[in-house]
Amino acid sequence: MKLDCKHVWEHISDYIDKTVDAKLREEIELHLEHCEICSAILDSTRNILVLTADDRTFELPVGYSKRLHERLKEEIEKSKLERPGDDAK
Amino acid sequence: MAYLTLFSIVKNETDAEDGAQEAIINAYRHLASFRGDAKFSTWLTTIAINEGRKRLRKAKGAAEDSIEEETEAHEGDYTPAPLTDWREIPLEALERKELGEALRLAVAELPDIYRQVFTLRDIEGLNIEETAQALGINTGAVKVRLHRARMMLQKRLVPYLKTTVPARRGFFGRAL
Repeated sequence: MKLDCKHVWEHISDYIDKTVDAKLREEIELHLEHCEICSAILDSTRNILVLTADDRTFELPVGYSKRLHERLKEEIEKSKLERPGDDAK
Repeated sequence: MAYLTLFSIVKNETDAEDGAQEAIINAYRHLASFRGDAKFSTWLTTIAINEGRKRLRKAKGAAEDSIEEETEAHEGDYTPAPLTDWREIPLEALERKELGEALRLAVAELPDIYRQVFTLRDIEGLNIEETAQALGINTGAVKVRLHRARMMLQKRLVPYLKTTVPARRGFFGRAL
């Protein structure tokens, strides 16, 4: 079966995640060899995912870790006071 | 990890940070109940999601207690934007700050159900099964939502790239 562009678009996400079966994968690859538009859509989607996975794109707020550690420290101190015997274990 | 998950639900930095701290403290308090039948990261993500949903319910008020009822049933246009020039754009173009900002904005503006799946799967790096488990939905719904989220982002970012890519990046060296 020859795939048309629309059919390829429907499977782009699964193709990127490598969750399409071998036969469909082969058909998509055959289509991509000859279709610049679908190849560009695939590459642009992949590039978005590369950028998404880059730690610099979705950063934590400044001082987040420090504030979290302080809060955790408080909680640990509090639980020590509530259960003073735990340290001896 | 908890922060970005919270942010995908509450969409507010202060609330996301407070919620993330609360989720992590909650996880610490209930560490003994972690049985290892899920990965620790998935367990923590589930706690963060519950914290986010709790905050959202509180903010919306009891009258509008319907955040879990939203589904992907409504139809929409989830086809990607055809283009022929991005293939020629080297990865260093992705380093540009403006593009990162455009992506953050585009993700923030995705409908809730799509943003949450995209955040867990593509930002946090959970796999399909873990994403489904953390959100309490089936893997089929994760795949559909993920596909639509990715296509919406692709469509949204293509025009942006076309206007910011330097002219010399055209096909065969021609100006775009």
